[in-house]
Amino acid sequence: MEKTVALEMRKVSKYFGEVIANKDVDLTVYQGEILAILGENGSGKTTLMNMIAGIYYPDEGQVFVRGEEVLIRSPHDAFAQGIGMIHQHFKLVDVFTAAQNIVLGVNDGKKYKLSDINARVQEIADKYGFHIDPKKKIYEMSVSEKQTVEIVKVLYRGADILILDEPTAVLTPQETQKLFAVLKKMKEDGKSIIIITHKLHEVLSVSDRVAVLRKGEYIGSVETKGATELSLTEMMVGRKVELNIERSEPKDVKDRLVVTGLHCKNRDGVEMLNDVSFVARSGEILGVAGIAGSGQRELLEAIAGLQHLESGEILYHDPVSEQEVNLRDKTPLQIRELGVRLSFVPEDRLGMGLVGNMDIVDNMMLRSYRKGKSFFVDRKKPQTLAETIIEELEVATPGVHTPVRRLSGGNVQKVLVGREIAASPKVLMAAYPVRGLDINSSYTIYNLLNKQKENGVAVIFVGEDLDVLIDLCDRILVIGGGRVTGVVDARTTTKEEIGLLMTKSDSIGEIKAEEQTEGAENE
Amino acid sequence: MALLLGAISIGIAFLYGCVGEIITEKSGHLNLGIPGIMSFGAAGGCMAVSIWMSWFPQPNGFTGALMIFFAIVIAMLFAATLGALYSFLTVSLRCNQNVTGLAITTFGVGFTMFLMEGVVDRTMFATASTFFTASLPFAGALGWFGEIFFSHGVMTYLAIAIAIISSWVLNKTRVGLNLRAVGENPATADAAGINVTAYKYVATCIGSGIAGLGGLYYIMDNLSGSWEYGIEAIGWLAIALVIFTMWRPNLSILGAFLFGGLYIAAEFITGVSFSDKALLKLLPYVVTIIVLIITSVIGKKETQPPAALGLPYFREER
Repeated sequence: MEKTVALEMRKVSKYFGEVIANKDVDLTVYQGEILAILGENGSGKTTLMNMIAGIYYPDEGQVFVRGEEVLIRSPHDAFAQGIGMIHQHFKLVDVFTAAQNIVLGVNDGKKYKLSDINARVQEIADKYGFHIDPKKKIYEMSVSEKQTVEIVKVLYRGADILILDEPTAVLTPQETQKLFAVLKKMKEDGKSIIIITHKLHEVLSVSDRVAVLRKGEYIGSVETKGATELSLTEMMVGRKVELNIERSEPKDVKDRLVVTGLHCKNRDGVEMLNDVSFVARSGEILGVAGIAGSGQRELLEAIAGLQHLESGEILYHDPVSEQEVNLRDKTPLQIRELGVRLSFVPEDRLGMGLVGNMDIVDNMMLRSYRKGKSFFVDRKKPQTLAETIIEELEVATPGVHTPVRRLSGGNVQKVLVGREIAASPKVLMAAYPVRGLDINSSYTIYNLLNKQKENGVAVIFVGEDLDVLIDLCDRILVIGGGRVTGVVDARTTTKEEIGLLMTKSDSIGEIKAEEQTEGAENE
Repeated sequence: MALLLGAISIGIAFLYGCVGEIITEKSGHLNLGIPGIMSFGAAGGCMAVSIWMSWFPQPNGFTGALMIFFAIVIAMLFAATLGALYSFLTVSLRCNQNVTGLAITTFGVGFTMFLMEGVVDRTMFATASTFFTASLPFAGALGWFGEIFFSHGVMTYLAIAIAIISSWVLNKTRVGLNLRAVGENPATADAAGINVTAYKYVATCIGSGIAGLGGLYYIMDNLSGSWEYGIEAIGWLAIALVIFTMWRPNLSILGAFLFGGLYIAAEFITGVSFSDKALLKLLPYVVTIIVLIITSVIGKKETQPPAALGLPYFREER
């Protein structure tokens, strides 16, 4: 098959102040192919794509579309060139319907009449096999439906070069498969697709070619056929790496946290946790899997004493005093003192846990300021701690006094996890600790968690990537819609099994039966 | 009956301010400068009237109508100028919207006092006002029906027309869809190829211009041409009315009359002391708070303010 060039970038550079985001990048995309762009965090993948989509304007270099040099100064120009981008964070208006979002900003001279637009949207959806309800409002939609709207939006504008920024980050394995099927259909239709992702196995399964970026520079591109996970990682990182999580056998396993019948409502009175029961054991990593917003956050907050419980018990076996304590009657501070630590990495990273405008030392002090005896705060110990964390976890920062918000995402997370671990916890809860991290930093974090496990800590790990959950954890608790839909052994389970449990319908009878069989298995 | 007519009369002043503020807020800008902008619009309109009266001391039907037109144009220009200043500060320089709005109010109210007391010649206002309040000739022939629907001045009908047109534009046209997208999620609108800055500027200036008419109407129609310091209170109530009507221009027509009724209710109740009357004037605010509580409890997204209201937008911010 002869290849026609759809898009070409020559010597494109972009700077943010003194920071180099992209430097002399050359990139070619052919018609009718799926190109994966691979790179660590901060390697400039998204910035590069934003330049094609008109969000940023390149400082240097040229962009060619179908052989002609073009200037893309705004998203409008990009559409005119048939380029459309599906952003990682959806750009949708919540109170609009799908069709209204799709038609937004389009000026095709046709009359603005919603019924006509709905019909045209449906037509596109049918062509590629999407399921979409044009009249549904965005805030009533699931993540995968929203993504569908984004893709249809781009197609509606007649784009034939599609850029997808981490499209699978929020999808279940089943939804990912569906998406890939659609992408392949579009490829057959002659569209060029650029997909940005961290997940190597997805790159291998869906793409035709892979282009690798490192520290803002273009390293090269390879045919997917001849590539392996290891060869791609080495290109990405620039040196040999080990991609194994060393999972040791749990030692000295004892029940540390026994949770029974947890019920909990959010502020709007919606039930977020429904009869959740499980056991977390020392020397073991308990994974928590589930679609985003299924109650993971509420569960961890409940244990940390930050949620009001409707009913249920959280029994903590204190290894020091050998006593059983019900965490339900304790304040968050008392729970912390017992050694239950929560390191929650929310979507915006700085939301809970760290204060963005404060430096690393001050953020360390947030956990220790009560210990001081004199009227003035003690800065020496936090400073030592900050320095240790920077050194041991290889935090890239100009100094201990740099405001945390200026660090890149991965480094922020290292600081947060490092601080919680430094307190030598008995229970460590980590929610999405590798969210948005590149592969190298992720493995640093996994190893930290493993080390805690070996020290006899009961680790609870809420994760998004099922492959990692399966490789890292000992047991995996699956929750769906605030209910426990299953507990599986990570050593024997499959992604499909977990995926099915995650999406299990909330019909009560079915789950009740399921829980009973699992209860029987556990005993 | 008198209460109803009074409610309509004062309500129209609220309606201008409210519709203007809704259009501005739909672009994501909470303009607390409305009281100042309404005052300044009044000052501009009054200046136009006084100049016109010096050209045509005895206006006939034709020059009188032209005078109204002239006053409306100048009032809108004055108010839109302040709106443009507000847009420049909040859109281009990304100043805090609340602080900027309050500064605009302080400036607008103060400068209006200066113009009205020192510059504008108010001697002919009573004559001029008769043109503003002139009602349709057949109103008197239709009894109470005519009195309610046809006895008002031309600016009353203009206000209702503006409210209905705004509602139609916001909900039924491409421009309205784009404007609402800017207020809900400017990054999305931007990515969709909408010129966010232009929409914010134009919406704020048009909104301010409409609000400015409320000031002119208040002086020339409601107060029949006498100058009284009271526009600022009208402006604050107009902002409260925006919340009360849940950002809907068509609903704000009825809301304005209700607010008008509550605002003047104290005048119609006999046997209450002066201080109690002041307390009664708080009624519109109380009603607004009740609506806020109800919409918050219902929690429907459609009854909430534009999601990006009050937030500055900068494309390359990370």
